[in-house]
Amino acid sequence: MDNLLLEKATIKELSKKLSSKEISSVELTEAYISRIKELNEKLNCFITVTEDKALVAAKAADKRIKDGSDITPLTGIPISLKDIFTTKGVRTTCASKMLGNFIPPYDSTVTLKLKEAGAVILGKLNMDEFAMGSSTENSAFGVTKNPWDTLRVPGGSSGGSAVAVAASLSTASLGTDTGGSIRQPASLCGVVGLKPTYGRVSRFGMIAFASSLDQAGPFTKTVEDAALMLNAIAGHDAQDSTSINEPPPDFTEKLENGVKGLRIGVPKEYFIEGLNKEVEDSVRAAIAILEKQGAEVVEVSLPHTEYAVSVYYLIATAEASSNLARFDGIRYGLRVDNGEGLFELYKNSRDAGFGAEVKRRIMLGTYSLSSGYYDAYYKKASEVRTLIKRDFEEAFKKCDVIATPTSPSTAFKIGEKASDPLTMYLSDIFTISTNLGGNPGISIPCKISNDGLPIGLQLIGKSMDETTLLQAANAYEKHSGVGIITPKL
Amino acid sequence: MKYETVIGLEVHAQLLTNSKLFCSCRVKFGSEPNSEVCPICLGMPGVLPVINRRAVEYAVKMALATDCTVNEKSVFSRKNYFYPDLPKGYQVSQFDLPVAEHGHIDIELGDPRKDETEIKRIGITRIHMEEDAGKLIHGEGADDKDISYVDLNRTGTALIEIVSEPDMRNPEEASAYLKTIRDILLYLGICDGNMQEGSFRCDANISIRPVGQKELGTRTELKNMNSFKFIRDALNYEIQRHIDVIEGGEKIIQETRLFDVQKGVTRSMRGKEEAHDYRYHPEPDLLPLIVPNELIEKARGEMPELPTEKKNRFMDEYKLPIYDAGVLTGSKEMAKYFEESLTASCKLSGIPEEEKPKQAKITSNWVMGELTALLKENSLDISECKVTPKSLAELINMVSKDTISGKVAKDVLGEMFSSDKSAEEIVKEKGLVQISDTGELSAVIDKILSDNADSVEKYKAGKTKLMGFFVGEVMKATKGQANPGVASKLIKDKLG
Repeated sequence: MDNLLLEKATIKELSKKLSSKEISSVELTEAYISRIKELNEKLNCFITVTEDKALVAAKAADKRIKDGSDITPLTGIPISLKDIFTTKGVRTTCASKMLGNFIPPYDSTVTLKLKEAGAVILGKLNMDEFAMGSSTENSAFGVTKNPWDTLRVPGGSSGGSAVAVAASLSTASLGTDTGGSIRQPASLCGVVGLKPTYGRVSRFGMIAFASSLDQAGPFTKTVEDAALMLNAIAGHDAQDSTSINEPPPDFTEKLENGVKGLRIGVPKEYFIEGLNKEVEDSVRAAIAILEKQGAEVVEVSLPHTEYAVSVYYLIATAEASSNLARFDGIRYGLRVDNGEGLFELYKNSRDAGFGAEVKRRIMLGTYSLSSGYYDAYYKKASEVRTLIKRDFEEAFKKCDVIATPTSPSTAFKIGEKASDPLTMYLSDIFTISTNLGGNPGISIPCKISNDGLPIGLQLIGKSMDETTLLQAANAYEKHSGVGIITPKL
Repeated sequence: MKYETVIGLEVHAQLLTNSKLFCSCRVKFGSEPNSEVCPICLGMPGVLPVINRRAVEYAVKMALATDCTVNEKSVFSRKNYFYPDLPKGYQVSQFDLPVAEHGHIDIELGDPRKDETEIKRIGITRIHMEEDAGKLIHGEGADDKDISYVDLNRTGTALIEIVSEPDMRNPEEASAYLKTIRDILLYLGICDGNMQEGSFRCDANISIRPVGQKELGTRTELKNMNSFKFIRDALNYEIQRHIDVIEGGEKIIQETRLFDVQKGVTRSMRGKEEAHDYRYHPEPDLLPLIVPNELIEKARGEMPELPTEKKNRFMDEYKLPIYDAGVLTGSKEMAKYFEESLTASCKLSGIPEEEKPKQAKITSNWVMGELTALLKENSLDISECKVTPKSLAELINMVSKDTISGKVAKDVLGEMFSSDKSAEEIVKEKGLVQISDTGELSAVIDKILSDNADSVEKYKAGKTKLMGFFVGEVMKATKGQANPGVASKLIKDKLG
């Protein structure tokens, strides 16, 4: 199959070709697998490729299409999953040595939903270990390369998921976003990345980093595809108490409604010093395009934005320190037992199993929860989080969608920030607040920079209003003239 | 110096829910290790908890039974520590916002046999819900003595922790408190109260202070006491240890101590410095627990009569002595048995309502006396008793109607206990009907009097106590079938 077909392939288009029997899912799957074999060595975005299972699923999808029964827009579409989603019978590593050989006996709810929709899962994607990072450099399976410049990072933590779509190694993929881990790599790799409202998508079977912030979402080439993916994974799950008990709408329904009459909020706190000039100009230009299409641009304020990064790194690390306690070498995962007793077993297993960034965050989180520090750190952070949430509620009284840059800069060089965690943490400065507020957010490509790197526009929606968010994003995509952008490989 | 002891208790009660607190695994004691588990209670990556509604209902019932205020909103928190029996590395519990708080129960102190009792009110600080941990089994064989095994069947089982105020002043009060709490749980049917299997566990906080002093002394926490006796032993030991330490001019160290059952001593487990920092924080995987008013009202509607209420009713309605009322309401099953038997016997003999108390005492004597003795002898619980309440009533009525003597009745009960026969069948079969016929008895008495001429002489000389001897001889001669009342009247007449 023609590589060009894959490079421009969307769920929407492929689905048409599959139903008209122009192509088969097996052919499509084989084409992707061969492209993965050709390019993965260079990009290192897959940790595990499940070729055999994929072909079995593709055959089943072809049969479903032939029988004409129970066909969804994802039936026969090859996708892949961040290696944070448990997959029954398939190794799920979270890019950690700790889970290097972990084969879960259960599927995550989203894995199951995608399988039931008839999607073909090609494999598991690289990420920052336990989703902790903004560059996919913190993986026990090596760095994932940005396909626009392989000397640069793809962003993170869902770097593999962004690259799989950007490099056309999957039609779509799934990632998770705790502080920007979908939107930031989407921005750096030139694809669409959607973080739904917290609770919109089940977290069951998604290995937890920070439970109150984690949310699964899709990477796609178009906004419409993102809506199709969200349709497949959204909804209440009795196994996740925090999933919202409300039937999700059809997210494609209002895609074409345009932005006429929509109010686009521009928060002044997001256009700050340290924001790359070219990024700022591109985002302002993007906002102008929305205005030209009939949107009303209003200035809004999110006054507690400056505290977001601090609040995030207190809450996320606190939850992580507790979430990662289960990796103790007792029941599953890596065990390093020198026969020196229980305490040493814990210490040695966790020392060998976790990478430096994971250890750093466990220590930070343990500290902020410790007696004597709890009130000043975790508790204070929780209070400020409420203020940040309120900022959004206030801002959304004046507007329907907020527009900002996704990332303060384009993709940075591998190693550039690796030794400076604080600088690295600032990569998420524009995305973190959304997680703290629980709001949905999307990153859409809005320009290719002068040095050939993608720049992303972030749109933030009201809580539970992905519909309007996708409507605005789709209108921008249609009128920006950017289209599907693909790197030369 | 005189010291006053201050004791507060923390009771962990395993709830009798079918499934665990946060997953659908069965709750079952004694299964093959690690067979009652799933990815959720095993703490596998990515799994999430979902609260068991029944467990909430049970916790609310206990709250209502102890006059606690049920909090409309309570919060689950994570208690973080590492141990192999704790798969997630944290226990989901409740910390600053428990499901219920500010309650109390009344305990009975003193000796009810002597009718010397008093009521003391003990405050309940809080009731919170939490999940249980698993169990470690340390290798016992020669080749695996260094190995510890982990059994996670119990992991995730629903518990409530009932925390008392430090209102108890001696081990007897502590014991009475525990018994009362246990009785309430059993009456509610929400815990089996089994201390050996660990479904009812207790930790004690204990300190002493000079009599008259207001502020509390330094406390120690006692663990590993799995019977009422061990609890009393441990508390007594610890009180003396506190006194010895303080009298010796030293200070009590705040620490957790384990009771060594074999040696009967308490031993330091970990001191304050080694105390865990549990880093409690709200459990982000669960929403705050909302207990709607309807749930509370539903639970209230389902509340059974509780032990104290029942006991008071037995005293009011049946005029039973406090001791009888206490014993008969000692378990829900015992009380039920008694009341069923009483109702049946009143119905059989057509006893009017105002004479019910008299029949109640007779029934009480049988239930607390012969029946309980037989149950004990056979190591049976009242719920396993073959003699139905109705059969016992029939037996009691045969005595009331002078069909059989009380002595024969005891033997008949023994027979009923080991066979499926009714009292009537046994009496008929064995010809045990009481002899009240004066003609028949007269002949027997004449023979006895003539055989014991010297005793007759002594009786006539004023030693009237010998009447007992004569009646005894009559009973012997008739194998207990003689009606002792009729016999003694006849003897009196003859010796008149």
